[in-house]
Amino acid sequence: MSDNQNDKHQTDSQSCGCSQVDLEKRNFLIATSAVGALGCAAVAVPFVKSMTPSERAKAAGAPVEVDISKIEPGTVLTAEWRGQPVWIINRTEEMTAELSKHHDQLSDPNAEVSSQQPAYCKNEGRSIKPNIGVVVGICTHLGCSPTEKLKAGGDMGDGWQGGFFCPCHGSKFDLAGRVFKGSPAPVNLVVPPHKYLSENLLLIGVDTEDKA
Amino acid sequence: MTQETHSKQNKSTLSNALNCTLNWVDARFPLTSNIKAHLTEYYAPKNFNFWYFFGSLALLVLVLQILTGIFLTMHYKPDADLAFGSVEYIMRDVPWGWLIRYMHSTGASMFFVVVYLHMFRGIIYGSYRNPRELIWLFGVAIFLALMGEAFFGYLLPWGQMSYWGAQVIVNLFSTIPFIGPDVSEWLRGDYLVSDATLNRFFAFHVIALPLVLLGLVVAHLIALHEVGSNNPDGVEIKKLKDKKTGIPLDGIPFHPYYTVKDLVGVSAFLIVFTVIVFFAPEMGGYFLEANNFVPADPLKTPAHIAPVWYFTPYYSILRAVPPILNSQFPGVAAMGLSVVAFAFLPWLDKSPVKSIRYRGGLYKAWLAAFVVSFLVLGYLGTVPSNVWGQFGDWLSGADRATVVARFFTVVYFLFFALMPWYTAKDKTKPVPERVTG
Repeated sequence: MSDNQNDKHQTDSQSCGCSQVDLEKRNFLIATSAVGALGCAAVAVPFVKSMTPSERAKAAGAPVEVDISKIEPGTVLTAEWRGQPVWIINRTEEMTAELSKHHDQLSDPNAEVSSQQPAYCKNEGRSIKPNIGVVVGICTHLGCSPTEKLKAGGDMGDGWQGGFFCPCHGSKFDLAGRVFKGSPAPVNLVVPPHKYLSENLLLIGVDTEDKA
Repeated sequence: MTQETHSKQNKSTLSNALNCTLNWVDARFPLTSNIKAHLTEYYAPKNFNFWYFFGSLALLVLVLQILTGIFLTMHYKPDADLAFGSVEYIMRDVPWGWLIRYMHSTGASMFFVVVYLHMFRGIIYGSYRNPRELIWLFGVAIFLALMGEAFFGYLLPWGQMSYWGAQVIVNLFSTIPFIGPDVSEWLRGDYLVSDATLNRFFAFHVIALPLVLLGLVVAHLIALHEVGSNNPDGVEIKKLKDKKTGIPLDGIPFHPYYTVKDLVGVSAFLIVFTVIVFFAPEMGGYFLEANNFVPADPLKTPAHIAPVWYFTPYYSILRAVPPILNSQFPGVAAMGLSVVAFAFLPWLDKSPVKSIRYRGGLYKAWLAAFVVSFLVLGYLGTVPSNVWGQFGDWLSGADRATVVARFFTVVYFLFFALMPWYTAKDKTKPVPERVTG
């Protein structure tokens, strides 16, 4: 704005013969414009900040207790933690044994990407107990919730060993939430912080780590 | 009104009174001069054809959407617990609510039908070329705003498709390197799509973007009326003017000639529109998707999730691009570029002629390839991803859909990327001095 006015002023003054630019006035205009712009930027901050998660949203992440004794082997229970589905997978012995057989098809078979699970789950089954997998059921691609395809074969074709299939963009995960190579999802599913309060009582979200 | 009582006694008294009123207004507001500049003395080429209906139709649909939208907000509740129910309430309990809602949902799809045809008109007749680059850029901005408007609006019924569609689109931003996750969290206002997201999308949908859209439409029209309309021959009618009047020889006043012509278009359009509203508002799942009749469930993604038809070409491009270096960003970037690419047309087209009528076979072949790509990608975007997802060869059998989508994605981008080359090389025909009718 002020620049335009300045230019206009300049051309006007040139056309009337007085080519002298009033530098003092120009500097004053530049300074006031700069202060004005700064003021606008400062006022924008609260508006932008108002759109970040509210205190209520932040507080909603309380841990969830789950009794795992009722999960039949070979099935999945879905719990809700921070509004997200968390799968508790009770793997059968065959399922657990299968986990070590398809490493060559996985992007990250040994859970090397540390952001995707707590350190105590950096193993093949990505779990504390070898048979109980705890995984956030949100695809690491674009956030859909993959569908259970627990049985081998079926509509997933002959090579399928059981796992999860994301209906949105076709990412495939095994029963430890490890992503198969060639999926659009870049990394394994997230394992949330969790611990066992007793043999069958699982507490999800106990760590204070902010992995939303 | 006092004028009316006078009118019964004397007709000329009435016209005098009207004239007086008009003069009074004109001294205070440029009413007559604006009517002249934009309607009665805005000279449009006399050879407008079928393709020129869609601009005015887009304006009509915009008005329809705003009008029906206002009435929907009287009953809709932007609250995650109440939204789905309030839409059903509109459909079942609000008198004529179903009609207003179906007009709004059909209007959304018809908006894109009309806008796509309007854009295609601009492409085939070179309406984006000098001196109309800014009209085109405003148009691309309108298109982007419209996509945003449609996306924000689609969350509001809070059905399964609303919810997971929003989840995917917001997460597209999280693939942006470094700042992505924070950006998508900021957009959602929560760690997942939630009540906070619904509430702000409502604000964007009913006030923020409509204001932007209206402003852009005004800018689009002001720019158009500044330089004048293009026409199917792509010749500038302002070059040959009547020496006495200064009116272009091939120009006719927009009003009454084109207002009357557009009324015919409006009638035909409204016939199609009402037939859809009354007999096929869901359009077999293309205008209103079946999964959206199920309330949003953050714990379960529907088995078949696809965007509404008008987004499917870009969605196919997103799905076709494989992750590179463990990042999905290339796919997202390709999708963004596929939309923004239109903005570059004025500078990519090096042909000496504007209209397809005087272009050669090379250009026509590329345009045909582009149209086919757009349609095929659009179709593939509606296909479930279990046809799609079979990337790689660890599952037996190659996935044809992916191969086809990748091929047409490449063609889609080559249409733009190679345009400077093939438009320059193309054998064009001589352009006539005046429009050919």
